[in-house]
Amino acid sequence: MNDATNNHSGVGLQVSHLRKSFNGEEVLRGIDFEVQPGEIFVIMGPSGSGKSVLLKHLIGLESPDEGEILINGESIQSPEIAGKYRMALVFQSGALLNSLTVGENVGLYLSEHRLKPPEEITRVVEEKLEAVGLKDTADKMPNELSGGMKKRVAIARALVIEPQLILYDEPTSELDPLSAAVIGREIVKLKQRIHVTSLVVSHDRDLAFGIADRIAVISEGRILTIGTPEEVKQFNDPALQKFLHADFQHESP
Amino acid sequence: MFENIGEIILLFWRTMLALPLAWRQRQKVFEQFFEIGNASLLMVCVLSFFIGAVIALQTGPVLVERSLSSAVGGVVGISIAKELAPVMMAILIAGRIGSAMAAEIGSMRVYQEIDALRTMNIDPIHYLVLPRMVAIAVALPMLVVFAILVGWFGGAVVADLNNHISIPIQAFFSDLRNVVQLKDVANGVFKSFCFALIIGAVSCHQGLATIGGPRGIGRSVTKAVVNSIVIIVIFDYVLTRILLK
Ligand SMILES: Nc1ncnc2c1ncn2[C@@H]1O[C@H](COP(=O)(O)OP(=O)(O)OP(=O)(O)O)[C@@H](O)[C@H]1O
Ligand SMILES: [Mg+2]
Repeated sequence: MNDATNNHSGVGLQVSHLRKSFNGEEVLRGIDFEVQPGEIFVIMGPSGSGKSVLLKHLIGLESPDEGEILINGESIQSPEIAGKYRMALVFQSGALLNSLTVGENVGLYLSEHRLKPPEEITRVVEEKLEAVGLKDTADKMPNELSGGMKKRVAIARALVIEPQLILYDEPTSELDPLSAAVIGREIVKLKQRIHVTSLVVSHDRDLAFGIADRIAVISEGRILTIGTPEEVKQFNDPALQKFLHADFQHESP
Repeated sequence: MFENIGEIILLFWRTMLALPLAWRQRQKVFEQFFEIGNASLLMVCVLSFFIGAVIALQTGPVLVERSLSSAVGGVVGISIAKELAPVMMAILIAGRIGSAMAAEIGSMRVYQEIDALRTMNIDPIHYLVLPRMVAIAVALPMLVVFAILVGWFGGAVVADLNNHISIPIQAFFSDLRNVVQLKDVANGVFKSFCFALIIGAVSCHQGLATIGGPRGIGRSVTKAVVNSIVIIVIFDYVLTRILLK
């Protein structure tokens, strides 16, 4: 059991000069930012700007061409880091294991690492599913769920890890406003309860400005601005203002 | 197709290093094992019966004509046990099970399920590759033992019923017993064990290496089957040469 660091506290995150190209095309062009322990940090930006790629770097699924990612001052590349800090990523697509039931998906981390006895796992799974509004779905298969339900199961699966750093890739993109609000509240509650550091990638302006301690706006692989929601709203950049205020009526042809 | 040999060997090696964890994964090993049996037992039966039958039909009349009818049982027995059962069953299993492994792991790759495992610190080799390798390495030799027996029986039936051969079943089997020794059967079973490892390693590697969408999965499946079969046939020669003495 990997309980050496079972102190429920968020970790700090530092990203410096991060660059990444795929097939000669630069997706991340020098990203720098810092996230404080226990902060909710929202990253906004247009589709294709490299947000998902950035998150994959933060959890170690991609390795950068250049630059560095530090967790509490330690490089994420160092081999011990995976055992030292608990991190979770809620994938944009959910990425549930299709051959397992919802309950098995949510409990996978605990059962595979033998962290709890089976009855205890069942209880934790029920609890986490209830937290995301999916009571009594544990026995369903992922392909019986809607897109939004899958996303919420993925969030439950991340919560089970009791992470110190949790990365959400568009947690509300497939949800109705009501469920989105529930997820938003859950993200804030989680931070208050276990002081987790949260990084949320989202297009959802209501969510972003509602929950963020700070917001970064990313565009074409670069950070446009970072600041509190107020500061970002005031930030005087035509591209940013257009992004923040786009709607059906005001869009010029 | 050989550019990946290094990666395949590496995957195989890493799976072997994970072998002590097999007991922990026994649930998944059993699942895979029964799936293999379920998916292939009937086909193994039909295929090996007719392979035995056709070998008897091809060799029987030729040998009987030269008054070597007592050799029919031995010829059929040896060729099935040492060569045809292991190779044909390996090819069948590559098509039936190797393809399924590549497809399953490939789609998990494409739909980011493997990435999700990695973010949970679950090694895909422990979780996906190991149970499949162990299951196929146990199942294929067992299927081959079964195939050998059914193949002999197929040969005996044809030898008995065919007018150009007409060797009674008892005579066929007593001739067979005079020629075929336990080590010949062991020889074939050992070969099939090696083939199972080839199918497992090639198919799992191909699955993990899948890129692109659903089309990538299709490509992986085809490659897994074709590459497995080619490597099996090459290895068959090498192993036969080594086991000759
Ligand atoms: N594995 C990969 N190989 C090649 N190119 C990739 C890969 N992953 C991402 N890209 C490219 O990187 C760019 C950024 O992709 P990313 O998924 O990060 O966008 P995003 O900001 O998350 O967009 P969205 O809001 O639509 O999810 C895209 O142009 C994409 O084509
Ligand atoms: Mg994305």
